[in-house]
Amino acid sequence: MYRRHPIATFCLYTALALGSLIMLVPLVWMVLTSLKTYPEILQNPPAWLPADPQWGNYQKVWEGFAYYRYFFNSCFVSGMVIAGTILTCCPAAYAFAFYEVKRKEVIFALLLSTLMLPAQVTVIPLFKVFATIGWVDTYLPLIVPSWLGGNVFGIFLLRQFFRTIPKSFIEAARMDGASEWTILWRLIVPMSVPAVLTVGVFTFLWSWNDLFNPLVYLQSEELATLPVGLLYFIARAEQLTGGSIGQSPWHLVMTLATVMVLPVIVLFAIVQRRFVEGVAASGVKG
Amino acid sequence: MNARRSQLLWFWLFTGPALLGFICFSLWPMLYSLWLSLCQDDVVTPSRFIGLRNYIYLFFYDPAFWQSVKVTLIFTVVQVPLAVGGALAMALMLNEKVRGLGFWRSVYFLPSILPQAAFAVVFGFIFQADGGLLNELLSLGGIKGLAWTTSPEWALPVLIAMSLWAFGYPMVIFLGGLQSVPRELYEASRMDGAGAWARLRHITLPLISPVIFFNLVMGVIGSLKVFDLAYAFSVAQGPNIQPGGPARSTLFYGLNLYQQAFGYFHMGLASAMAWLLFAFIVLITVFNFRFSRRWVHYEN
Repeated sequence: MYRRHPIATFCLYTALALGSLIMLVPLVWMVLTSLKTYPEILQNPPAWLPADPQWGNYQKVWEGFAYYRYFFNSCFVSGMVIAGTILTCCPAAYAFAFYEVKRKEVIFALLLSTLMLPAQVTVIPLFKVFATIGWVDTYLPLIVPSWLGGNVFGIFLLRQFFRTIPKSFIEAARMDGASEWTILWRLIVPMSVPAVLTVGVFTFLWSWNDLFNPLVYLQSEELATLPVGLLYFIARAEQLTGGSIGQSPWHLVMTLATVMVLPVIVLFAIVQRRFVEGVAASGVKG
Repeated sequence: MNARRSQLLWFWLFTGPALLGFICFSLWPMLYSLWLSLCQDDVVTPSRFIGLRNYIYLFFYDPAFWQSVKVTLIFTVVQVPLAVGGALAMALMLNEKVRGLGFWRSVYFLPSILPQAAFAVVFGFIFQADGGLLNELLSLGGIKGLAWTTSPEWALPVLIAMSLWAFGYPMVIFLGGLQSVPRELYEASRMDGAGAWARLRHITLPLISPVIFFNLVMGVIGSLKVFDLAYAFSVAQGPNIQPGGPARSTLFYGLNLYQQAFGYFHMGLASAMAWLLFAFIVLITVFNFRFSRRWVHYEN
């Protein structure tokens, strides 16, 4: 068996370690800054570590600037979007995977072709209609599409996975008198937990991180989700914190950014292995 | 016969929501947007048919349009090869049977899944003229830093630099591709005395060329749709910098379209921009997959 030269091994690990340091510096700097006082961030040369970690910054933005509202808004929207995606994508994927129906492949290809369609094309007509029926400045434009199989990529991913399940399982369940609905949720979905999880995580990331759609559809500040809330805060930071003009309270901004990023990191830490393998297997960007 | 019928019923029940969604949220808006691109529309007054005038205006009279095309083009030409190349280099390193593969993979993947809005704000802070981390580090080396984020020359390079943190998706797809290259080929080439470079050049790269190709196409399409990153970056610079600023130097195509539609309510003009984007995406997808057969090595 071939063995690597020790010097090559040393170089490889050094490069990997340096690279990951560069990857993590922005995140570390964000967290460190969020724990500093305002004079500390202005200090020159910089104080690398906060002398006395200001955990109070978190309480300040959470309560003082009603950031909890944005946080729970984001939780609500993401939760509804994930529920809708799973509830409508699973049945569609099951039908496309197992039913013998004429022109099934054509219909599926038509659905898939919408992956090419950029959101910029559909957002203008949809905005006009949503404005007419009074949905603008509500969560409906963000949530309803996901309850109508809006995540075509999810349907694709689930179908690929479902197809690996032997058809005889389904035949046997039908013999036992199980309805199609029961077969789907009691047999197929429990057998496909990694795929369903991957779709769920993708959907969460897409919804939680999205700035474009909330920016278009939400106008009232109390409805804002985290990405929009962060920008609201920056736009009005001077007025909120009583700072002087042109001096953004970066320590508080970084506190907000941390609150927004942390759930993503925690989720990723829990599911990273399956998720990354799901990405590799699907070969499609989220 | 009865079983067949009930299966058909279940098929329509199960795919019904998705098909309804397809009609309501994709097909119909797509066609309506094509119609709008031929109209003058400001949301408030009824739209008026004006033929191709939106397209003529964009091509011949709208400097913002060409500026946004230029910004997007520069970003694509510089960022996509760097990101895909970096992703390939990382995947090659991680494919070298390293210890703790899962850990390294996660660290390099992490920035790709973080909210771009937050990421842009953090980088906006790091690149600040006063008190930004980069300038502080430079001053330790005796170098006077610049006002990176508010300079029309440097804002776009800074955006490109920060977008290079997010190469996780192509990296993981490369890793999958590399793992499917048969081990025996490497063993055999070692017997023949091929060096590391020759193995990379003559075995690895040809065999994973479809993956390289896929990642390049996805990268180009992604760069055409940049929005969150650029918008949040501008806002983080405070009220003196407009979205797309300074001096339109980061006016990406998607950002320009958003401004036209939801800043000025030029819905017809923005629809024309959206259709040009869509046509371009369809074009490169079709053209590139045709073209790819000539130089990409496929297994069969």
